[in-house]
Amino acid sequence: MSTPRTLFEKVWADHVVVAETDDTPAVIYIDLHIIHEVTTPQAFSLLREQGLPVRRPDLVLATLDHSTPTTPVSSFKDLLVAGEGAARQVRQMEQNCREFGIELLGFGSGRRGIVHVIGPELGATQPGKTIVCGDSHTSTHGAFGALAFGIGTTEVGHVLATQCLLQRKPKTLAVNVDGSLPAGVTAKDVILAVIGRIGVDGGTGHVIEYRGGAIRALDMEARMTICNMSIEGGARAGMIAPDDVTFEYLEGRERAPRGADWDMALARWRSLFSDDAATFDRSVDIDAASLVPMVTFGTNPGMVVGIDEPVPAGSDPSFRKALDYMQVETGKPMSANAVDVVFVGSCTNGRISDIEEAARILEGRKVAPGVRMLVVPGSEQVKAEAEARGLDRIVVAAGAEWREAGCSMCLGMNGDIAQPGQLCVSTSNRNFEGRQGIGARTVLASPATAAASAIAGRVADPREYV
Amino acid sequence: MKPVTRIASKTVVLATRDVDTDQIMPARFLTTTSREGLGDKVFFDLRFDGAGAPRKDFVLNRPEAAGCSVLVAGRNFGCGSSREHAPWGLLDYGFEAVISSELADIFRNNALKNGLVAIVVDEETHDWLLDNPGADVVIDVENTTLTLPDERTVEFELDGFARYCLVEGTDQLGFLQRQLDAIERFEEIRPWKP
Ligand code: SF4
Repeated sequence: MSTPRTLFEKVWADHVVVAETDDTPAVIYIDLHIIHEVTTPQAFSLLREQGLPVRRPDLVLATLDHSTPTTPVSSFKDLLVAGEGAARQVRQMEQNCREFGIELLGFGSGRRGIVHVIGPELGATQPGKTIVCGDSHTSTHGAFGALAFGIGTTEVGHVLATQCLLQRKPKTLAVNVDGSLPAGVTAKDVILAVIGRIGVDGGTGHVIEYRGGAIRALDMEARMTICNMSIEGGARAGMIAPDDVTFEYLEGRERAPRGADWDMALARWRSLFSDDAATFDRSVDIDAASLVPMVTFGTNPGMVVGIDEPVPAGSDPSFRKALDYMQVETGKPMSANAVDVVFVGSCTNGRISDIEEAARILEGRKVAPGVRMLVVPGSEQVKAEAEARGLDRIVVAAGAEWREAGCSMCLGMNGDIAQPGQLCVSTSNRNFEGRQGIGARTVLASPATAAASAIAGRVADPREYV
Repeated sequence: MKPVTRIASKTVVLATRDVDTDQIMPARFLTTTSREGLGDKVFFDLRFDGAGAPRKDFVLNRPEAAGCSVLVAGRNFGCGSSREHAPWGLLDYGFEAVISSELADIFRNNALKNGLVAIVVDEETHDWLLDNPGADVVIDVENTTLTLPDERTVEFELDGFARYCLVEGTDQLGFLQRQLDAIERFEEIRPWKP
């Protein structure tokens, strides 16, 4: 009998080109390389300097997302909405892709969107693949049982030139979420609770595998939300073993295998799970039934409380600095805080089910006076589907803004920012100081909590709005 | 890449834990298409107030920080975004090394690939360094040791391959390119194709 292996170990072993030694890391083959305009220009410059081609342009998926405006774009002038630098960067990406023979899913393709939304949506993200992108939330794709992680620009150059990466084998961390989630508690609440539990560096050096009944019960989009924020717990990657939910999601998608290829792929995918006797370097257990809607109160995603729990006390200077920045008080629940801006979108919660979740609460209600709410679909396809279902009309009727696809206020690179001191309830993944604009205060939450907060004008419990 | 074998400098201490790469390099500066000139932008919103005036209380704005090339950082420095603009900025600003008790994975990778010596020391040494800003330290990359002002020498953690690349000034792409035969063979013989 072969040694029992974890899901991660199976996928890793399947991609070792040259094994690691004490002196050298492993050479790992990359099956899918996703690129966007912000973290690639310097990598293409390197190829140009060294006269190197892109070795496998057929394994590169390119799009524009980070510095694109969320207002309609049909000319260069429209790009300038996001600023001159951002516009130039988009143009540079278009030129790089042309020059190196890479297909770009750009404006007018109908397929443009946030890197981590379009990979799955096109069916390019598949179980058992190694997937990288110059973006830390590449962990999202692990929801399909892929080994997917973020890399820097130098490594983007390595993959473009060789289709491989030098990697040390990480350790494994099992996060078991058993039981069933109470009504009104979503995948976002689960992952925020996980990060609260393990801490923002709890996963450093590890690949997480999310397991247990509560994970199995989630649909693919919810699983993506979970894996997406693995990096917020310090882990490079998060994985979920593929199952029928995964296969059903993929079947028939544009870039998924078809016919006999599908059958062969499916047989292979069905072997991708952690063997019963496989061991993890560490494990953490979470009881799903005990979870409530979660919100962050500080300036990192590990500073999180239940919506009706008081903000905890802390004496560490970094903790106090975070509370000062956020202007929140120990001992009071987050619902004591008035809201200025609400953002629904990002690679964490910018998919169709997220927009639906927000729209269900917005329907027949109004965003509170003085609150600005932005709803930004994660991709052009999400946008089209939402519009086909009439969700855009619900959003607009509630008094929120319905925008073009992109990263938008998740990182505020394209001009979509909150003003200094404003409190923004956001469905994105990072509440770092200044992330959404200089001095902006971010509260991370689920789409339901974000929508409820927009209506209430303060941080609100979505369970009161269903 | 220039070889880096030894760094001798006074330290500058940024004790805050979990300093993320958005703090090190705010997103609005990522629209550049070059690696150059990011030193001016590093820690921008910590260094300058809304009106662009230097914040006097920020450690890098104090006179004693001038010329220091070793940054002692709080635990989990470099967490968050994978932006390599963070180590590019730190290097361009004049830092040659970052020391902490824990560094975020992607940041550490990015730093080492650019010749920024990102190293992890034990908690006790880290605490001492946090408590003693301006200490004269020597980082011996080849022997992976850090020498403190009282001549005490401690070992630090640094991957063997990363150390080799730093000391030789080798960039890792060259190493990968020498594996091209193996890569081609892998593509041919693997049982399934992506
Ligand atoms: S939505 Fe936010 S976290 Fe996701 S890829 Fe875009 S900027 Fe990064």
